[in-house]
Amino acid sequence: MRKLLLIPGVALLAAACAPIEPWVKPYEREHLADPIMSVDPDPVSSSYMDHVFEVREGAKGATGGSGGGCGCS
Amino acid sequence: MISPTLRRIAAAALLLCAFAAQAAVLPEDRADFMYHRYQGGGITVQGPSILVRKKLGESVSATANYYVDAITSASIDVVVSGASQYTEKRTQIGLSTDYLHGKTTYSANFVDSKENDYKARTWSLSISQDMFGDLTTLSIGYSQGKDRIFDSTDPTFADTADRRNYRLGLTQVLTRDMLLSLNFETITEEGYLQNPYRFMRYVNTAGSYSLGPEVFPRTRTGNAGSARVKYYLPWRAAIEGSYRFYADTWGIQAHTAGIEYTHPLWGRWVFDGSYRFYTQNSADFFMDLFPSANFQNFMARDKETSALSNHTLGAGVSYEFPVNKWASWLKRGTANLHYTYMMIDYKEFRDLRDYPPGTATPGTEPLYSLNANVIQAFFSFWF
Amino acid sequence: MNKATGSLRTLLLAALLAAPALAVAPAGPAPAFKLDSMAGKPVSLDQYKGQVVMINFWASWCGPCRQEMPILEKLHSKYKPMGFTMIGINVEPDSTLGMNWLKTTPVTFPILFDTKSEVSKLYSVAGMPSTVIVDRKGNLRWLHRGYKPGDENEYLDQIRALVRE
Repeated sequence: MRKLLLIPGVALLAAACAPIEPWVKPYEREHLADPIMSVDPDPVSSSYMDHVFEVREGAKGATGGSGGGCGCS
Repeated sequence: MISPTLRRIAAAALLLCAFAAQAAVLPEDRADFMYHRYQGGGITVQGPSILVRKKLGESVSATANYYVDAITSASIDVVVSGASQYTEKRTQIGLSTDYLHGKTTYSANFVDSKENDYKARTWSLSISQDMFGDLTTLSIGYSQGKDRIFDSTDPTFADTADRRNYRLGLTQVLTRDMLLSLNFETITEEGYLQNPYRFMRYVNTAGSYSLGPEVFPRTRTGNAGSARVKYYLPWRAAIEGSYRFYADTWGIQAHTAGIEYTHPLWGRWVFDGSYRFYTQNSADFFMDLFPSANFQNFMARDKETSALSNHTLGAGVSYEFPVNKWASWLKRGTANLHYTYMMIDYKEFRDLRDYPPGTATPGTEPLYSLNANVIQAFFSFWF
Repeated sequence: MNKATGSLRTLLLAALLAAPALAVAPAGPAPAFKLDSMAGKPVSLDQYKGQVVMINFWASWCGPCRQEMPILEKLHSKYKPMGFTMIGINVEPDSTLGMNWLKTTPVTFPILFDTKSEVSKLYSVAGMPSTVIVDRKGNLRWLHRGYKPGDENEYLDQIRALVRE
């Protein structure tokens, strides 16, 4: 599992500083900026439901998320 | 353990990229007031959850969260053990800060949870980086926790558990209508990892069963990987599909799959519906009925370590207030109501509530299942 | 000579990498364009030759763009008598969204609609909002990517300097 993590992780990090042209331009992000496309719109609700499932089930983790959105500064 | 090499590479790459131009953004200022209620399997848990987030200057944002679980429990575990219904209160406080520098956000978080027989503290650090013209957000995180476990029925009992979480997350804009989120997490735990109020059962000399203490391993390492894709539908709606795989050293493997549909209507209303499916197999050392009192070194009958499936349906509605008529400093306000219905079927855990020792051939009792109703009612304000 | 320019290049590169560049000094003539405006008649950049022009690319869905709008209105009314004009270019394919939002925050400077993103591509808009400042001769002088409260001080300094030319 950890070795599998290493390959995409390193590849992505190594390419992180490379000058790749964004294929979705900043002025094309109107749909992504819409609140209904938010990755985690209600953190109080999502952390509560994560807690409920964690108590009732054996699995846990990998529930996070941030990013997307309008990409504005 | 996440390899030290990967950790070093991640740290170095993020530092290098911190020089790229343009800034990412701190999370918005907000306040949320929630009432939550879980009712199912003989347990009712309800209480408030309050969150306040505020920017302090240009680069720093602070968040505080207050959460309470008021518990009334006559669960199957309580009833079968012969104990009476109990009430308990768990209070949790969380504090975090985010620091933005260029395209990198550094976050620190502390959570303290207290109830009369369980105290837990967790410290977390994470770094989040925007790159590729803000199409990609990469984040890494580390958490460390210390739990202290007591037994309200046994004043001499006290033990601890240590937890470490390693997280890696990637959010990628795929097209102008589609977002992908990938998350990986490794959790390692050491110490007392079982519930002091639960018990196992074994076949006794009389041919019926007796209850005995569970013995869990004192270490556990679990790995989880998930993928979520969110898509913008042309009539202004969103659909999200998700999948998570989990496997740990206790032999538990779980699959989680979900779908959620969000539909705005009439300008101020947003409706959403979701379905989630969860399935797990049982831990290697789980048995509903052990052949003898000391059958093997590790023995568990805890239903959360049994093979089980959970079908969950959710429905929610949100209303957006016309805040521009209220106050100029209020940017947005919503009222939200969400209902979730859970159906859990235990594949190897039997319902002994009507079957005390001597009433049925052990191992023939019906399998247990529970349905739960979960309600969330909350107001959110952005300022 | 080669060694000198080589090490100069390295120094410049190091300087660029070391400092996050939010305000960049581009060069060359500002690309010409002609777009439909909210007032009705099409507007072209040539009409403003001889004036200092500040072009702001914005969208109704972009928070910092909305935050910046009242400040741009103030700059326009203050420096208009000195031969300055603000031009707002809305980059949304659906122009009604921008128009509806402007009803809540009206402005007096020209608002143009780049519904096909042609001008955004022409100006290589790489962040929202993006602002370029063009001098009286029609040359690009300053480029700003993004908006944070406090950036208006830079705008003031740059406009004042260019208006005096």
